[in-house]
Amino acid sequence: MTLDHKRLGLMYLWSIIAMMFLGGAFVMLIRAELFSPGEDFVSADTFNQLFTLHGAIMVFLVIIPSIPAALGNFVLPLMLGAKDVAFPKLNRMSYHLYVIGAILFVASMLATGLDTGWTFYAPYSTSDSPAHRAILYAVFGAFVLGFSSIFTGLNFLVTIHKMRPPGMTWFKMPLFLWAIYATSIIQILATPVVGITLLLVAVERMLEIGIFNPALGGDPVLFQHMFWFYSHPAVYIMLLPAMGVMSELMSTYSRKSIFGYRYIALSSVAIAVVSFVVWGHHMYVSGQSVLVSVLFSAITFFVAVPSAVKVFNWIATLYKGSIRLTSSMIYGLGIIWLFGIGGLTGLWLAALETDIHLHDTYFVVSHFHFVMVGSAIMAFLGGIHHWWPKFYGTMLNEKVSLWGAGLLFVGFNLTFLPQFIAGTQGMPRRYFDYAERFEGYNQISTVGAFLMGFSILLIVINFLRAIRSGKPAPANPWGAVTLEWNTAPIPDPHNFDDAPVVGDPYDLSIFKWDEAEGGYVPTRPVPGLPYIALPNADSTESQH
Amino acid sequence: MSHSDHHSEGPALGHVLPIKMLVGVLVALLLLTGLTVWTGQMNFHGWDLKIAMVIAGIKATLVCTIFMHLKWDRPLNAIFFLISIVFVAVFLAFTVLDTYENEVNVEALIESKR
Amino acid sequence: MTESSATSHVHDEHVAHHFDDAAQQFETGKLGIWTFLLTEVLFFSGLFVVYSTLRNNNPEVFAYAAQFLDTKLGFLNTCVLLLSSFTFALGVRNAMLGQTKALGINLVITFLCAAGFMGIKYQEYSHKYHEGLLWSGSEHSVFKANLDDVHPEIRAHSSVWGDAQKLTPEFRHEVGQFFAIYFCLTGLHGIHVLLGMILIAWLLMRNARGDFGPNNFNAVDFGALYWHLVDLIWIFLFPLLYLIA
Repeated sequence: MTLDHKRLGLMYLWSIIAMMFLGGAFVMLIRAELFSPGEDFVSADTFNQLFTLHGAIMVFLVIIPSIPAALGNFVLPLMLGAKDVAFPKLNRMSYHLYVIGAILFVASMLATGLDTGWTFYAPYSTSDSPAHRAILYAVFGAFVLGFSSIFTGLNFLVTIHKMRPPGMTWFKMPLFLWAIYATSIIQILATPVVGITLLLVAVERMLEIGIFNPALGGDPVLFQHMFWFYSHPAVYIMLLPAMGVMSELMSTYSRKSIFGYRYIALSSVAIAVVSFVVWGHHMYVSGQSVLVSVLFSAITFFVAVPSAVKVFNWIATLYKGSIRLTSSMIYGLGIIWLFGIGGLTGLWLAALETDIHLHDTYFVVSHFHFVMVGSAIMAFLGGIHHWWPKFYGTMLNEKVSLWGAGLLFVGFNLTFLPQFIAGTQGMPRRYFDYAERFEGYNQISTVGAFLMGFSILLIVINFLRAIRSGKPAPANPWGAVTLEWNTAPIPDPHNFDDAPVVGDPYDLSIFKWDEAEGGYVPTRPVPGLPYIALPNADSTESQH
Repeated sequence: MSHSDHHSEGPALGHVLPIKMLVGVLVALLLLTGLTVWTGQMNFHGWDLKIAMVIAGIKATLVCTIFMHLKWDRPLNAIFFLISIVFVAVFLAFTVLDTYENEVNVEALIESKR
Repeated sequence: MTESSATSHVHDEHVAHHFDDAAQQFETGKLGIWTFLLTEVLFFSGLFVVYSTLRNNNPEVFAYAAQFLDTKLGFLNTCVLLLSSFTFALGVRNAMLGQTKALGINLVITFLCAAGFMGIKYQEYSHKYHEGLLWSGSEHSVFKANLDDVHPEIRAHSSVWGDAQKLTPEFRHEVGQFFAIYFCLTGLHGIHVLLGMILIAWLLMRNARGDFGPNNFNAVDFGALYWHLVDLIWIFLFPLLYLIA
């Protein structure tokens, strides 16, 4: 089987999209059920399994791998000017582990249902409930997926440290790589902790070891400490790569150098580090001591700062830029709105006084969907649209892409804005049923969810069509300056014969749009840029 | 094994440690282990664990710097390792603090149930 | 540093195609294995957190349970593991110097030390099993809150049964928690020793094929680093579990 990082990246891409449909199917059922209160067509038990599977699949099989494994694998070595990642065989093993983890999760669906919520809280997850085998499969599945994630992070971290080309100092690296680097730090340090936690859950189920079981003198809050020590940094595994994609999109499609490069780069690492010291904000109402809750709350406010730095820098990049509204840019602009809301609503949850009331309500659900879907998944899709020409050497149908992006944005807002209100008015999460007064919000939300489902379908069908019948892509359709565009329309298997010449990755003034040529042309001779080939006259529709 | 002239090999890659040094470290480790057991049998009024950990720390340092070659490696490897210890310390600190703060409540609850 | 010819044509057969030279391959591999060791540290850290919270909140439980662990065996195991680290380090030296036979001998000794460690572990574990010195949830444990739950065999044969009856139910549960974390920590460590033995066996096989020499010893070097970490973890486990005053 292939060792080529590009092919591995594409294999990840399609596997992740498939898992996204699986997790998405579950949530369609959930939203259909929640359209009206009372039992409609699924039982309460089934409902619990649906939201557990939706959450677990989306978190472990979709969002966490998405940008690093699919986009990172494809783009990182190219953007770095390297021939491959540091450990290609380990990279392939990461993919195999992903597949094994996915199979174990699917197995847990076929065994008696898994209904603990994706957070597997003890002692429910560790007690001998009828959902015995399913929990074991899911826990082992997550354990295996953890290793996939760790090895990917390890590979990327070492590659960035040891395989940069001459001239690419740390502060000459594109911001996407800084983001992947910061993500790798988290993957390496945090994931092993969830590994041991899940292992203990499995051991507790199989041997009744009792560490988390209060009936045996154990401590269930200890489970939560161990679980969230990983799972909070994990959300930054999901978010940081998205922010990396954002920096590339904002710069490329404003034809402007990214504003505040150094601050964005360092903020990525700052977020990675600080993310390890805030996990207790998930545990304010669990029995965590007051002192520790206050400490976590204070530090959580801090972690918002580097994120905000990025948002301001992106907006500053747009200012006086020459904005080009491609589909990738639509995703990017949408993220500014969606991440803005997601991040700001996090503050209500960071504060003790408000979180007491909002904990386990739909406010939380909406908050994390704004950041995990509205930011991370949107960036994933935006990144796919941006780098797509390199995947198969074809262009996506831009019109359909624009529709997909627009409809998804509208659908997302329809789905999740009402949930904030329902949450503040007291609608609990993970509940099969709800009070009559929430019905209106739920109906809007369900309509939005189905619109989202339709949009994703449209987007993915657009991808599939472009593989075979997309217009042939030029080497550099967006006039970008990062090294992955300095390759043939489909990059060579070995990427680069010689180490590429490194310049400023955000000096977009190198390329200018030439209407007559129908593509970007260099404005001055630049050493080592062979692939500035112009598109054939008949190979592009108007890119504006 | 090819001997292409523009590849650096030999001393630059394979830093061979002198046998005497390795033996010395082994002897030191065994002695320190004996010391740990000996002090473990005494009572230091609350300092027992700290003393044991300090001795373990010295043994660990010997293993890391000499057996694991960190003394002669690029500093990055050692920095990485120390960073992991820092994060473990953070994990420990908050969790132990939390359960410690809660012990009062736990004990009160047990008392109230008697 | 713009010459590019070094990468394309004449290639040391031991250097992978995506590396510029052997030095880069070695440095990269080293950083890679150290990063992996980082993950192992964090992996064990979860158990150390469980241990610390338990000990911090119940020091009297630890003081009581300490009597059930054989310090002599623990000391012996520590020495065996330290010796194995030494022999593996010697092995790395042998590989760098192309001393194939000596490398083989040192790897075998390391393997035997590891096997010895596991043998002693097995002794300790089976002794505990027979005495019922297990976590409360185990069928064979003598530390059940409800004394009626204790297995008749344990009641008959365990020397701890008498003492266990004099404890409060909560205390029995706490002692059970001690053994839970004892078995988790030593068990996970033991699994890593076993994995290390598989690693050593693999290196022995490769050495028999003549794979290792001054130009190709990375696998031995990196394998030794893993083994030293396994030793490091035990260096901390030993006083934490066996030497509680």
